[in-house]
Amino acid sequence: MTNSTGKNGERTRRVLDEARGVRAMVWIIAIMLFLTVLGAALGLATRNAAGALETQLVGRATVQIMAADPARREAEVGRAVATLQKLPAVRSAALVDRDELAALLRPWLGDDGADPELPIPAMIDLELADDTAAALARVRASLQSTAPSARIDAHEAWMAPVAGFLNLVVSIAAVLVLLLAGATAAVVMLAARAGLDAHRQTIEVMHMLGSTDLQVARLFQRRIARDAAIGAAIGSLAAIGMLLLVSGEAAGLGSQLLGGATLGMSGWAVLAMLPIAFVLLAALAARFAITRALERVL
Amino acid sequence: MQAEVEAVARIVRWRMWGFEWEGTSGAAMANIVQFENVGLRYGDGPETLSDISFALAAGSFYFLSGASGAGKTSLLRLLYLAQRPSRGIIRLFGEDAVTMPRARLPGFRRRIGVVFQDFRLVPHLSAADNVALPLRIAGMPEADIAEPVSEMLAWVGLTERAGAKPETLSGGEQQRVAIARAVIGRPEMLVADEPTGNVDPEMAERLLLLFDSLNRLGTTVVVATHDLHLMHRVPSAQMMRLVKGRLHDPTGTLRHPPARELA
Repeated sequence: MTNSTGKNGERTRRVLDEARGVRAMVWIIAIMLFLTVLGAALGLATRNAAGALETQLVGRATVQIMAADPARREAEVGRAVATLQKLPAVRSAALVDRDELAALLRPWLGDDGADPELPIPAMIDLELADDTAAALARVRASLQSTAPSARIDAHEAWMAPVAGFLNLVVSIAAVLVLLLAGATAAVVMLAARAGLDAHRQTIEVMHMLGSTDLQVARLFQRRIARDAAIGAAIGSLAAIGMLLLVSGEAAGLGSQLLGGATLGMSGWAVLAMLPIAFVLLAALAARFAITRALERVL
Repeated sequence: MQAEVEAVARIVRWRMWGFEWEGTSGAAMANIVQFENVGLRYGDGPETLSDISFALAAGSFYFLSGASGAGKTSLLRLLYLAQRPSRGIIRLFGEDAVTMPRARLPGFRRRIGVVFQDFRLVPHLSAADNVALPLRIAGMPEADIAEPVSEMLAWVGLTERAGAKPETLSGGEQQRVAIARAVIGRPEMLVADEPTGNVDPEMAERLLLLFDSLNRLGTTVVVATHDLHLMHRVPSAQMMRLVKGRLHDPTGTLRHPPARELA
């Protein structure tokens, strides 16, 4: 007598009117999920880009030999490379050749950058075994005597503002996702209360026939979870389609920075979990709203 | 008439009726309901019911009468736990119904069948599904529901209308569905508010026979009605009369009903 069958549950669910036209909540959840998936993707991709950038920059530095006189510059380069290769804090030191420098300058100087008479600094690419500030200071001091015109720049230091900006974007995306989740829960609770009002007479009859609050809440919970699932599927698929389009466009740009902004398997897995999480959130929010509202009636 | 009594008896002896209601075995209780100095006030208005004291003996049949506005529906609402009183004591099935926690109310409500004056059928469900609703709420397996529903619909003469939605049923048909829904769970107490107001005299008599048969099987029946003819059809029934929110009980028999042997 106390065991309910699945068919019984299905029949009981029909107590609520199923034919009340298009459900706005499906589309609201779809929009919420669309924005949430895009926001989460932005955050995840930015986090991955920041990670890739850090991997590229940590432990790397550039030495510029600034001497204007080419002969002096060349002599200082030779001494500097020899000095650097002996330092324990330096894993490797490689001179960037003139052609490579000309290629780097081409966007600004055009073919003039390849002019051998052009007084451009010589550059030595360093890979550091120890990238602490103290180690960098020791490298700087060692170069002071052998190459007085040398200037050393740690990549991490001059890219720090970029990394800070990327972390800010990640934080904003996380806040955005949380706000959208909160807004979704609020919308679901409002919809559940509106549904309760719309079916107040039916709910009252069910109570008088001995329905528990949980039985009533389950009716709404299932219905809202189903609507949320449909909306979540629509929103997520639309967002994923847009992400695939954007990632294809980004790949076409060939940018090193954007190249790091990929989602990876873990990122896609997180995005795939979002609709499930939102459906669960909607079901819980509906149950909470209904049981709280029913507690106020006898 | 004997054939009809047997038919009713068959209907009210569902196979599923082997279970006991929560807490009591029915026959052990002398008074199923007890009101002591109960008052009911809606909001800040005057008392709708004042100093209501009575006891309903288990297995008895009561008619509740009174002019419109005398408080019949309010008294019934207190009986079927739709309302808590503003003051006084109500004991239902041996327990204090005034301070009873909300969580326990559904279990008690399943022991009470209610026929609402305005039927209150669920508009999206068919007549059969409306009748089946109490059994589904009680968690009865679907396989056990079809037969009692079909027999109950046959009794109220609605077999052909089993699949009809309430909006397509006449007032009388809706009332019969509401009655079938109220009695299908074989309640310990049946509370009916003007249950024959929309049916023809023949159907009214049939329905009263159903109530009487349920009563003979131990269900306490309380029927609010204006219909004097109906009241005379159940000679063993006791009368409760409300006058301006007060129960008319000059002899005190409603306060102290004689205990009654159950069928």
